[in-house]
Amino acid sequence: MTAAGPPAAGGGRPRVFIVDDHGLFRSGVRSELGDQVDVVGEAEDVAPAVALIAKCLPDVVLLDVHLPGGGGQDVVTATKAAHPQVHFLALSASDAPEDVIAVIRAGARGYVTKTISGTELVDAVRRVAAGDAVFSPRLAGFVLDAFAALAPAGGPGRPALDPELDQLTPREREVLRLIARGYTYKEIARELYISAKTVESHVSSVLRKLQLSTRHQLTRWAAERRLI
Amino acid sequence: MEERTSSVPPGPAWSPPGWPEHQHRWRRLGRWAQGPRSGGALRRAREDRLVGGLAAGLAARTGIDVTVIRIVFVVTALFSGFGVAAYVVAWLLVPAAGSDSNIAGRALADRRGLALAAGLGSLLAVVLAISGALGASWLWSLAWPLVISVAGITLIWRNSPADEHAAIRHLVDPLLGLAESNRRPGSLLRLAAAALLLAGGLGALLAGHGNSALLRPLAGVTLVIAAMVLALGPWWLRIARDLVIERQARVRAEERSDMAARVHDSVLQTLALIQLRADQPQQVIQLARAQERELRSWLFGGSPPGSMAGACTTLADGIRLIQQDVEAQHGLAIEAVTVGDCELDDDLSALLAAAREATVNAAKWSGASVVSLFAEVEPTGVALYVRDRGRGFTPEAVPGDRKGLAESIHARMTRHGGSVTVRTAPGEGTEVSLTMPRAAGTRHPSRA
Repeated sequence: MTAAGPPAAGGGRPRVFIVDDHGLFRSGVRSELGDQVDVVGEAEDVAPAVALIAKCLPDVVLLDVHLPGGGGQDVVTATKAAHPQVHFLALSASDAPEDVIAVIRAGARGYVTKTISGTELVDAVRRVAAGDAVFSPRLAGFVLDAFAALAPAGGPGRPALDPELDQLTPREREVLRLIARGYTYKEIARELYISAKTVESHVSSVLRKLQLSTRHQLTRWAAERRLI
Repeated sequence: MEERTSSVPPGPAWSPPGWPEHQHRWRRLGRWAQGPRSGGALRRAREDRLVGGLAAGLAARTGIDVTVIRIVFVVTALFSGFGVAAYVVAWLLVPAAGSDSNIAGRALADRRGLALAAGLGSLLAVVLAISGALGASWLWSLAWPLVISVAGITLIWRNSPADEHAAIRHLVDPLLGLAESNRRPGSLLRLAAAALLLAGGLGALLAGHGNSALLRPLAGVTLVIAAMVLALGPWWLRIARDLVIERQARVRAEERSDMAARVHDSVLQTLALIQLRADQPQQVIQLARAQERELRSWLFGGSPPGSMAGACTTLADGIRLIQQDVEAQHGLAIEAVTVGDCELDDDLSALLAAAREATVNAAKWSGASVVSLFAEVEPTGVALYVRDRGRGFTPEAVPGDRKGLAESIHARMTRHGGSVTVRTAPGEGTEVSLTMPRAAGTRHPSRA
């Protein structure tokens, strides 16, 4: 476990902290990221991760969804309140959607899969450091699924849906579909004749809805999926 | 992106969910703007069609609301039957949007279709003549529109292109399904209705005349019928027999192309892989063995290669299977995402087979290291996208003996009522969009 280096000056290389229980994977990510970012620390468990993150205050924490001492979301919840400036990006091989959604709802700003290339990962880290959201195709698919399952839930006996938070706009759905089809933000912007900035704001708005939407409804969706 | 799009127009009531809204809007705007102003030739609409797309076409051409035109057709149809005949004739004569040839042109070359139309028309004319002779003059007034409509519809059915065929079938299927779903009660019902009609007809005749004077005209009518049957019967029989033979030939041709698609997907693909890996004997042996097993189980066990019916029962399972297989065989990453899930039927199995072919193509030719596979299940249909950022290609430059895109994807999808759009250009990657309408069924959330 290491923790070193002063906080980066604004606009410099983002300072990154890696939390993953596989040492091999951590060194893999390290070499993928190369000298594009400043890896300031690593941890392989929830408790040490929380302590070390509080100490070295990185810009971005790359977070495995599954950890030995609890889920990745525990690291986020333990850190978020005291250090809101630390951003989290979930990164893992293959996970159940409910776990991924849980990490996002705890406060992570994105989810990418481990198949991601080095340059794409650096790009994602930069984006998250800047406060944007990063959606991989798989996360886009999960979100489309979750909100499609939520849509009919406003029926009798259920509290009315808050359309601001519990539904995606057609444009947001369109953007998510294109992400799921493997388009980059730039390609989506060209496809929909909008600016990359607008694509980003759509994705951020989806992230906000995902995090703030009425809790029991998303929980219910996750529970139903487990039952099937 | 400079795109080259080779496209089969989307099916009737359904367009892919991923289809950006604004494209629809633009197209609709374009049609409205162009209709009244440029006065371009009248075309049958492909999109908001209810039957032949004629009313929508007229609406676009004249600027009158489509509902008004539809009401006019229905009213004229109800009053004299003239509306139906006019509609059918126009259907024959007006080309579909985006095409220059009409159905009538093709129908003239279709001898058997003409014979069939004449046969059905004459049969109907005889029936009408008889009922006219029996005094049902109101029926007589419907005679010509009816004969024209029946003959016309026969020609349309035989000569419309595949995509329109699928649209028509979509329209007719529920009715046929109603007739076939429950055979026994269905035929009982038919017999009962026939008996009722017969009894009613005889009753009306007897009540009208009341005595044996009735028998004389009836005997005359019977003689006329006998003469007609004697004169035209053999011809009618021959037409019916020809139709059966033609149908068998068509079934055989379809079977053949289905088999060609399967052989391509399995044997030819494996042979190509073996050539690529000639320097890795272990892998070649593995591939050959797997192919042998598959071929044996097809020839002797009847389970077709590339079919997923046995291996999985839902769409998401099928996508996962494609992902595993292609990743194992071609050593590249498949980023597979499914939204929603549903049970597989014949159409969706065909969709999966086409998707597998598109994925294998991307793995083999694109040179990309990741292929994205996205499937979304919606109540009305399933949309599936296979995309890579590889080298792309020029669709026109694909050699004629490469059957993958033409047979395994295009033809297969069209046979099952789906549609395909390929979007590619050299250096720009490739995206194959597949859409398949769903008959019915409930959407349930996908499994992890």
